[in-house]
Amino acid sequence: MTVRVGDAAKAPDFESAAKPLLQNTQLRHNVRHATDVIRAKRAAVVDEMPDWEALREAGRRIKEHTLRHLDVYLQQFEEKCTAAGGKVHWARDADEASRITLDIIKSHGEKEVIKVKTMTSDEIRLNRALEAAGITPYETDLAELIVQLGNDLPSHIVAPALHRNRMEVREIFMRKMGLKELGDTPEDLTEQARRYLRERFLSVNVGISGANFAIAETGSICVVESEGNGRMCTSLPRLLISLIGIEKVIPRFNDLEVFLQLLPRSGTGERMNPYNSIWTGVSPGDGPQEFHAVLIDNGRTTVLADAESRETLHCIRCGMCLNICPVYRQTGGHAYGSTYSGPIGAILTPQLQSMQHSRSLPYASSLCGACYEVCPVKINIPEILIHLRAKIVERGESPFSERVGMKAAGFALSDGRRLAFAESFGRFAQWFFERDGKLHNLPGILAGWTEYRDMPALPKESFRDWWAKRKKGGPG
Amino acid sequence: MLISLFVACYNDALFPETGKAVVAVLERLGHTVEFRPAQTCCGQMHYNSGYHAEARKLMRHFLDAFRGAEVICVPSSSCVAMIRDHFPKMAVAAKDLALISEVGELLPRVFEFTELLIDRLGVSDVGAFFPHTVTLHSSCHSLRSLQIGDKPQRLLENVRGLSLASLANSDQCCGFGGTFSVKNADVSAAMLSDKVRCVLDTGSEICAATDNSCLLHIGGALSRQQTGVRCLHIAEILASTEDGGKS
Repeated sequence: MTVRVGDAAKAPDFESAAKPLLQNTQLRHNVRHATDVIRAKRAAVVDEMPDWEALREAGRRIKEHTLRHLDVYLQQFEEKCTAAGGKVHWARDADEASRITLDIIKSHGEKEVIKVKTMTSDEIRLNRALEAAGITPYETDLAELIVQLGNDLPSHIVAPALHRNRMEVREIFMRKMGLKELGDTPEDLTEQARRYLRERFLSVNVGISGANFAIAETGSICVVESEGNGRMCTSLPRLLISLIGIEKVIPRFNDLEVFLQLLPRSGTGERMNPYNSIWTGVSPGDGPQEFHAVLIDNGRTTVLADAESRETLHCIRCGMCLNICPVYRQTGGHAYGSTYSGPIGAILTPQLQSMQHSRSLPYASSLCGACYEVCPVKINIPEILIHLRAKIVERGESPFSERVGMKAAGFALSDGRRLAFAESFGRFAQWFFERDGKLHNLPGILAGWTEYRDMPALPKESFRDWWAKRKKGGPG
Repeated sequence: MLISLFVACYNDALFPETGKAVVAVLERLGHTVEFRPAQTCCGQMHYNSGYHAEARKLMRHFLDAFRGAEVICVPSSSCVAMIRDHFPKMAVAAKDLALISEVGELLPRVFEFTELLIDRLGVSDVGAFFPHTVTLHSSCHSLRSLQIGDKPQRLLENVRGLSLASLANSDQCCGFGGTFSVKNADVSAAMLSDKVRCVLDTGSEICAATDNSCLLHIGGALSRQQTGVRCLHIAEILASTEDGGKS
């Protein structure tokens, strides 16, 4: 089985990927502005909810319950969806999911597909597989379209083109759509996107979507979006294929009551998403006449097997942890080298890949806890980051210098006298680096500190020395 | 009351003045302070970095060092967060019933310094005098783990001569995060520059906090950039008095 999460297996580590991004003035300005706007909107629509905490707890519990009985609910979904005229497929990994999708499209002899925003398709690198098979995918979500036309990568799980501003979008559209003139107002740009996309909506026979929720009780799929392009893709083509991560299933239709409050308020700062599409199998004479649901594991059952971190699968992809994260705010999403960026990406990507890749991601956090505080389904992301770090240490995969340092520190801290000795040794050793009461050009990993910040030298007398003297009646 | 001080390893070595200030405030309020020299570290650095076997040993040592202490005062929110949030988890993970109950008995006796003053001792005016403009950085652990609310602020508001300037984005991390600041030094520095900008915008002379770890970080940049603004642990402000306190 080959689990794939975008191209994360080949991505550089977070530290190196962050460096050039930190120097990108335009990108940092765009990311900061966009996250500020979403945060303010989210705060307003969450503060007005008297039962927000109860909703979060309900969301958490529904997800926890579902994951505990995932086998039951997935089979129920299959049964109900099949009964409604849909066809359900099971994919163990990214390649199998792509193969299933390609086979369906090929069996109809189609050469083009229109797509609703689906991160799962990015996760399994579907577009690449489609193009290799001579099938042209058209992204129809405005932000995904900007990313696709710009030969770019998504940088946010809700707003994939968040790192681009209007001027850049204008430039991409003019270049790729062969335009001589185009305004830069939101109206100009959306009007142009609409003109470009309408032709595809009316001519392409295959739609591909993701799923925000798959409802076991009814076999229905729910997709929420802001533009209505998703509804075009799921209602106009003759053939519709939905790619569904197995953790997207929820037990009952009524559970949407909880999630359709949590998701829009957290994700886009709206009380309700402008478009909420729910469909069940096929309806004769109305909408797609052939529907396929592809249920994708791609590493999710490995995450499920770890009791310490399985709540990672609670995620409803609202993106609020990205918007609030002080690390994401500096770098944007590309530093994470994965379909899933920000705090949720830092825990999801390494786990999906069985910790074989993306080993730097669990360290891409100061553990400030802001993500946990806002998560609509209460995923304790900082705790899981620590758990993943511990896994890396247990496997002996942490850097040698760190292991030695931690062992040495553990020994020095093992009793008060050893600590006192270590402090005296530190006061002696710092002589090599000390000038004006500060330490300069510290060696090894500590160099990262003194590059940007001063480090005070250890004072001549530690607190414990002072206390010992004071007790003896010396100067205190 | 006999109060046992857990000064925290980094305060012991780098910030002895903070420990002395805690002693001064508590003694001024009529309490007796003890310092058990066997104490070392809560194990936070090891735990957060994934070295859980070492962290367990340090927890064991902490429990032994503070056995029988009635009230333990810690001038560091992040150490208190480590003790409250992770000691119980480690004890459960060790599947050791005696350890679990030992940790359970320890927790209600551990107080962060400002919590101790306000919640346990019921004091919000410690009789301090500090004629300077101060801004308060809310450390992530004090805010999100300890849920400390406005306790540090209330204590500072009662300091005579002190003018408290409010800090924009005060709930945003300064970028320290322990080993994060060296592993991801560039991103950490970018976060720090946001924090420094907000601190400077307040026009304060002093940036205070309940944690010297954040202050080591923020102060390191304030000093490197020759801003003339410095950092002080809240205990050092509360220790200063008109008749010869530090300022």
